[in-house]
Amino acid sequence: MKTLKKDGVQTVFHPIERFMRETHDTISFEIKATQNNGPFNFKPGQFNMLYVYGLGEVPISISGDPGHPGKMVHTVRAYGSVTSKMMHLKKGDGLGVKGPLGNGWPIEKLSGQDILLCAGGIGLAPLRPVIYYILAQRERYGQVTLLYGERTPADLIYRRQIEKWRGRFDVDIHITVDSARGGWHGNVGVVTSLIPRIRCDPANTFALICGPEIMMAYTIEALNHRGLADKQIYISMERNMKCGVGFCGHCQLGPIFICKDGPVFLFNEVAHLFRKAEM
Amino acid sequence: MATSQNKLAEHPFFENLDPALLKIFSDCATRVSYDPEQKIYREGEEANQFLLIQQGKVAVELYAAARGNLVIQTVGAGEILGWSWLFPPYRRRFDARAVQKTQAFALNGNYLREKAESDYRLGYELLKRFSKIVVERLQATRLQLLDVYGKHA
Repeated sequence: MKTLKKDGVQTVFHPIERFMRETHDTISFEIKATQNNGPFNFKPGQFNMLYVYGLGEVPISISGDPGHPGKMVHTVRAYGSVTSKMMHLKKGDGLGVKGPLGNGWPIEKLSGQDILLCAGGIGLAPLRPVIYYILAQRERYGQVTLLYGERTPADLIYRRQIEKWRGRFDVDIHITVDSARGGWHGNVGVVTSLIPRIRCDPANTFALICGPEIMMAYTIEALNHRGLADKQIYISMERNMKCGVGFCGHCQLGPIFICKDGPVFLFNEVAHLFRKAEM
Repeated sequence: MATSQNKLAEHPFFENLDPALLKIFSDCATRVSYDPEQKIYREGEEANQFLLIQQGKVAVELYAAARGNLVIQTVGAGEILGWSWLFPPYRRRFDARAVQKTQAFALNGNYLREKAESDYRLGYELLKRFSKIVVERLQATRLQLLDVYGKHA
């Protein structure tokens, strides 16, 4: 099997080893990938361009454990033609992988701080490696809180894992859904509604947000209201990525390329570009 | 009584409120408690009070024949339940059900409405504070309707 080039711009096919169905339209799959004949090392928040033969390529965050780089996990929700096709892949099918790409969350730099993770929908996938990373060295971080918003209870991903994390009692987890039926005993409301309810020392907290842009905009506003400055907030941005390495310009946002310079940005560095029409 | 008033004053709804006005609120406040699954009010009932939740969780629901009870929102500690008492026709628009054991202060809406007719400071504070909640919930509802996590968001 070919290995990835050092610069990560070559697409290499790897077989799918394992499938996990998360919800009716979301799957996780594990690829046994190597990199220069060694384990496939990646930083939390990095992504791969995944290529379905003959159909196309999409950027998908790596959602596995950076402590187990031999197992490369991605979580995919069926949004478009390529991701819908991925729902029908089987064990042993080949998937083109180009990566790891992007900068990732600066989680090492945040050692000693309280960490507030805010995820909207499939935005939990790029944050899961952060949780793995923190839990593997829990003593290095202060209070860790996860806020997770989804459409409905049936759309919640990583359910069993979240229950395990809750059982550790050293991660504060709050979940809310946009709508639910009578049998649901959790929260109903947008993810921002959780922010006033959590314990938070704004002077010592860094927030990491991933989700739809409009959700991130309201979350930032709510965090600002709790006393977090823009320089304490990291966001992971999405744009229409094609090449993944800053050549094609599809994901250009003003002076930056989301794929190459991001996808993670300190909010105060991109606030002037954020939610600007026609950029 | 003083302890009760202090507890009431701790609720975020009363942040920076003139103590003289707080006294009016505390005069019409009673402690209430609901067990899990207990109905607090039903759609169509007269709305004559609102709750300041101290502890627990309440689901605001709407019954749809084909889909059963739909939870629109949950409210918890530090939040407010109910504003139909403030606006005509003073009828509940939704059902409210305790999801967890819930403790709250119930404030008499009729009393406050009457007082506010003659005490414009009270009326202004009431409308100012409730408007903020209504606007926040309107924005949240719009976001929910946008279905931001959906396929076509």
